[in-house]
Amino acid sequence: MTGAGMITIVDIALLTMLCFTAIAIMVLRHLFAVAALTGAFSLLSAGLLVALDAVDVAFTEAAVGAGISTVLMLGTLALTQRREHRPPRFSLTALLVVIATGGALIYATSDMPAYGDPNAPALKHVVPFYIEGSQNDIGVPNIVTSILASYRGYDTLGEVAVIFTAGIGVMFLLGLRREDEDDEGATRRGPGRPPDAPKPGGTKS
Amino acid sequence: MLDAIIAHYNYWLVIFLMMIGLYIVISRGNLVKKIVGLNIFQTSVFLLYITLGKVNGGTAPILTDKPETFSNPLPHVLILTAIVVGVATTALGFALVVRIRESYGSIEEDDILATERAEDEIAVNEALS
Repeated sequence: MTGAGMITIVDIALLTMLCFTAIAIMVLRHLFAVAALTGAFSLLSAGLLVALDAVDVAFTEAAVGAGISTVLMLGTLALTQRREHRPPRFSLTALLVVIATGGALIYATSDMPAYGDPNAPALKHVVPFYIEGSQNDIGVPNIVTSILASYRGYDTLGEVAVIFTAGIGVMFLLGLRREDEDDEGATRRGPGRPPDAPKPGGTKS
Repeated sequence: MLDAIIAHYNYWLVIFLMMIGLYIVISRGNLVKKIVGLNIFQTSVFLLYITLGKVNGGTAPILTDKPETFSNPLPHVLILTAIVVGVATTALGFALVVRIRESYGSIEEDDILATERAEDEIAVNEALS
């Protein structure tokens, strides 16, 4: 068996496992199990990314997707509840929307270049410039690093701005509010709030 | 025929994953579950992009001394950025869930809507009397 064929088999096996994990996530109602499966989902996709030659992405997915996301979710579960209370509703509208969207997308794949096609248009435009220039322009052997940090450095700067904004958002939603609560705690909405509602803090690790 | 299936199998399964994510987002009332659905959708979009960058016989885009075929590094860069932004938005979403739970005592969509309606009725009655 050739190397490429081997990779295709690994690829298909991992994708099939991902699909089963996703179905399990959909069916399960215990949110703790869902959190564990989300971690497994990220780990499987990290493995798939290695098979698809995206080692840097796999690294980030394993650290951020399987690590930080799972921790964030467990923190949220600790502050809220561990089970879905309502039984899962079968929603015909949702099913129809999903089938229509999925059908349209699958119809669109007939125009896509075949998997692994070396003549795909995406490979012919700016990519050769980056691959050839990386060593001389930037001097970093890892092409992904040289694009991320140098050729497209402004994009990464923008990404930092987005994370900063999200951080501020989380801070305002959870952190700063505690001080306000002492001053104007009486004006908070009363109905529906249980007396033992958990206090914020500890979500953001 | 088999070649045609293998050529698009990745895309189809990735789209299937996407649709599971979408279905969870639409049909489940639990807010944590909704965010998990969004995450599944997001990860499958990542996989779609990386699949597009794969080249048969290619290796990871790291320069070595011998000439090699590389997979497309551009989607990798794009998705690296997207993963980190994705976790930032997930954190924000979970923070909102915690905040909603504090105000409404529930993270089930139905309960939250019921509380809203009850509060609206009280407000209307107060305004009328």
